Amino acid sequence: MKTSVTTRDVGDVKIIELHGKITIGAGDLQMREAIHAAITAGATKILVDMKDVTTIDSSGVGELVGCYTTATHKGTKLKLQSLPPKISDVLTVTQLITVFDVYPNEKDALASFV
Amino acid sequence: MSNPPPGPIVLWLSSRYENLELAQAVLDHVCKVRGVGTDAEHWMGVALREALANAIKHGNRQDPTKRVYLSLAGEGETIEITVGDEGEGFEEAAVADPLAPENQMKTSGRGIFYMKTFMDEVTFSRGENGGTILSMKKKLDSDTKKGVHTP
Repeated sequence: MKTSVTTRDVGDVKIIELHGKITIGAGDLQMREAIHAAITAGATKILVDMKDVTTIDSSGVGELVGCYTTATHKGTKLKLQSLPPKISDVLTVTQLITVFDVYPNEKDALASFV
Repeated sequence: MSNPPPGPIVLWLSSRYENLELAQAVLDHVCKVRGVGTDAEHWMGVALREALANAIKHGNRQDPTKRVYLSLAGEGETIEITVGDEGEGFEEAAVADPLAPENQMKTSGRGIFYMKTFMDEVTFSRGENGGTILSMKKKLDSDTKKGVHTP
């Protein structure tokens, strides 16, 4: 699967959909640019949909942590949804799964913003 | 009884991240030939990409004129991945623990931890001509062949 990032809005929530690999030199930068663009554009609620992410490496995880920190400092809520098991494992072993707000599906994630 | 090992396969790669895809494809082939389960193949792939990314970024400082050595081999029930760079070397003891509270929100420093988590054995040594040589081993037990291995 080719790495790509798409965005859409549901109410006042900006949903950023990641597809493919979030790895060094490729998807990591695309993800950061999309999240930073949303924050710069004034989004206060960002939901990162990871259901189509096939692989994430330490660079992708690092970018995700950096985006979370940036969002928090700007007063933007950044949450994750629909993590495939292998992506969840990568965040779990580094104990980051407890740092992020993670939801099993879009319905639950959207409801959490209210 | 596993399939006979196809290797060793040796590649010399220029220090470009695009080459991670080539290395991944070669590992996927080796795993297919050896009958490795898809989960174990995935985790070995993550470890391989971390090793190569470290060699390119921290070892060779992304200098495309410097090369990264990759060997994929296997004896018996083991797959061994060796990655070498042409950098200045590093002290493994100086690598911070990514699980320490003060490091949890850092944007880097998790690569070696992931390699050690997803592989059965990870060792670092100094190359004869400098640089770092990283050796990782994965045991092909019954679970990894069935594809039920998780970190």
